[in-house]
Amino acid sequence: MTQQLQIREALNQAMCEEMERDQNVFLMGEEVAQYNGAYKVTQGMLKKFGSKRVIDTPISEAGFTGIGIGAAMTGLRPIVEIMTWNFAILAFDQIFNNAAKLRYMSGGQFKCPIVVRAPNGPAHMLGSQHSQALESMLVHVPGLKVVTCSTAYDAKGLLKSAIRDDNPVMFLESELMYSVKGDVPNDDYTIPLGVGDIKREGRDITIVAWTKMIPLSLKAAEQLSLDGIECEVIDPRTLRPLDEDLIFDSVKKTNHLLIVEDSWPFASVGSEIAKRVSTNIFDYLDAPIVNINAADVPMPYAENLENEAIPSVEKIIEEVKNILNR
Amino acid sequence: MESQTLKNKQSELEQSKNKFLDLSNDQLIEMYKKMLLIRRFEERCAQEYGKGKIAGFCHLYIGQEAVAVGTIQALNKEDYIYASYRDHGQALARGLDPKKIMAELFGKFTGTTKGVGGSMHLIDADKNFMGGYGIVGGHIPLAAGAAFTAKYKTTGGVAVCYFGEAAINQGIFFETLNMAQIWKLPVIFIIENNRYGMGTSIKRVFAGEKLYDTANYLDMNRNSFNGMDVLDSYNVMKSAVELARKKSLPTLLEAQTYRFRGHSMSDPATYRTKEEVELEKGNDPISIFLNQLLENKVTTQNNLDEIEIEIKKIVADSVEFAENSEQPPIEFLTENVYTD
Repeated sequence: MTQQLQIREALNQAMCEEMERDQNVFLMGEEVAQYNGAYKVTQGMLKKFGSKRVIDTPISEAGFTGIGIGAAMTGLRPIVEIMTWNFAILAFDQIFNNAAKLRYMSGGQFKCPIVVRAPNGPAHMLGSQHSQALESMLVHVPGLKVVTCSTAYDAKGLLKSAIRDDNPVMFLESELMYSVKGDVPNDDYTIPLGVGDIKREGRDITIVAWTKMIPLSLKAAEQLSLDGIECEVIDPRTLRPLDEDLIFDSVKKTNHLLIVEDSWPFASVGSEIAKRVSTNIFDYLDAPIVNINAADVPMPYAENLENEAIPSVEKIIEEVKNILNR
Repeated sequence: MESQTLKNKQSELEQSKNKFLDLSNDQLIEMYKKMLLIRRFEERCAQEYGKGKIAGFCHLYIGQEAVAVGTIQALNKEDYIYASYRDHGQALARGLDPKKIMAELFGKFTGTTKGVGGSMHLIDADKNFMGGYGIVGGHIPLAAGAAFTAKYKTTGGVAVCYFGEAAINQGIFFETLNMAQIWKLPVIFIIENNRYGMGTSIKRVFAGEKLYDTANYLDMNRNSFNGMDVLDSYNVMKSAVELARKKSLPTLLEAQTYRFRGHSMSDPATYRTKEEVELEKGNDPISIFLNQLLENKVTTQNNLDEIEIEIKKIVADSVEFAENSEQPPIEFLTENVYTD
């Protein structure tokens, strides 16, 4: 039995079920309680769990993230919602210097079971400071796990695993995808962190993408299929630890790799994937690896400029044809 | 006149006896021992640093002993302690094993964090000594988070956070104080005002007068104490702990103190005059306490001499232990990045 859920509803269910399961799980963040969430992900949670466990915070990202980390290292399991990852930059000291390092620098004495959730990446015409995809900054830091979701099914299963994980998990969502619907089982389930998923099978080329780049890549794959080109679309879901074997196995089959991401190109997750593929299975490649990224500029507001700056179905189709010489 | 003088002396004596509060003679001696242990331990750290046995950044606590010992005396086992990178004093006051601390400073596997933390990150989770932290002010919200847990789980515990006066200029200081006050968290923030943030006098970088007045406009409990007087430290801290434990209210405390050494081992401290340092050394917290103990016949000079010998041995043993310990095995490099 399945239900049709929006991604925001799937995330909401994941949090509610985990809070019912474990009294030590609580939620804090900007507008999560009385306002029912800036993007309505936390709709109804205050009513359900009360103000002890669903807590509105002041706009002090570093402060409340740090308080969450302190709570995590002393036995609670906080979910910290930040309105967007752009604002979470203010909390990066807490995430990088405390959450990520507590276990290591205590010689294994502490654990830090915290989830920091927020939408990531450009949405639509939000300007430079609200349109950043910051996953490559997060994956850079040992000690953090970094998780993304592109379907309602993945969102629920991954968030439940993230909440149960004893490590700090950075959970990346997307404003533009909260309303996207998908099938979700009625029964309790989780998806293990560190395991990717093949979103479409194909023999000719591997496309690695995540979050918003998944629907984009699938649409491109559909159109390319009409021309007889079969793309295998892989969503690693967890970016750290990365399911590199899934990517390697696919590239061994297709011998071509395109990576699509809406973050900047310099030292991106995509460049790490390209490095790992060329280091480990270079002989399987029939063509150079290609990365599609956001333009290497702060995001402009104007619609035409923004469209130029972000990946599109057309760009993916064009690059696939270039790689395959078709 | 004579009887008047005698009366005055008697009342002074009573006052200072009152100052001992609820502390038994044994507790007073124990506090003295801890202060002396910190002093001798730190003096030895400086020597071992000079010999190259200790490396990295090493921030000594000499001069500030009364703050850690007096305040930690007012805590229970279930209470959480967070310190800055100048954390040797709090660690010793909390009762961490001097051998393990010295081994940590030597980078040995027998150290408090098996050698990976070093001087700035002394940690003992079993003693709720939650660590020294290296980013100025970065640990302040962690203590509030621990207080959040204590309140959430109704353990009755409180959390204490120590930081230097320079940390109050970080935004995280205000952010955390505000949330601690909004949510009524049982946390005590202790500004150890040793007057210099590295080489910069607080007077040059803080626009206000009294540092603890930063809590004023949050309407938070606040107080200051003479950080060179261990009894004053204990006394003021005791009230703050009571408020946190019984009413779940936060407090901001300011300890007036002074570090007799430089900011770290590499700091010749040329930003303060010799005269100033000498003047402050006249307020040595250990001498002050020692005189209080002798004047009130809590102990005798003989006992104090024995304590000196006992402490010297503890320090010597800690160095020997550190010397004879092994470095962490190379495989340990990649352990504990994640937990299973």
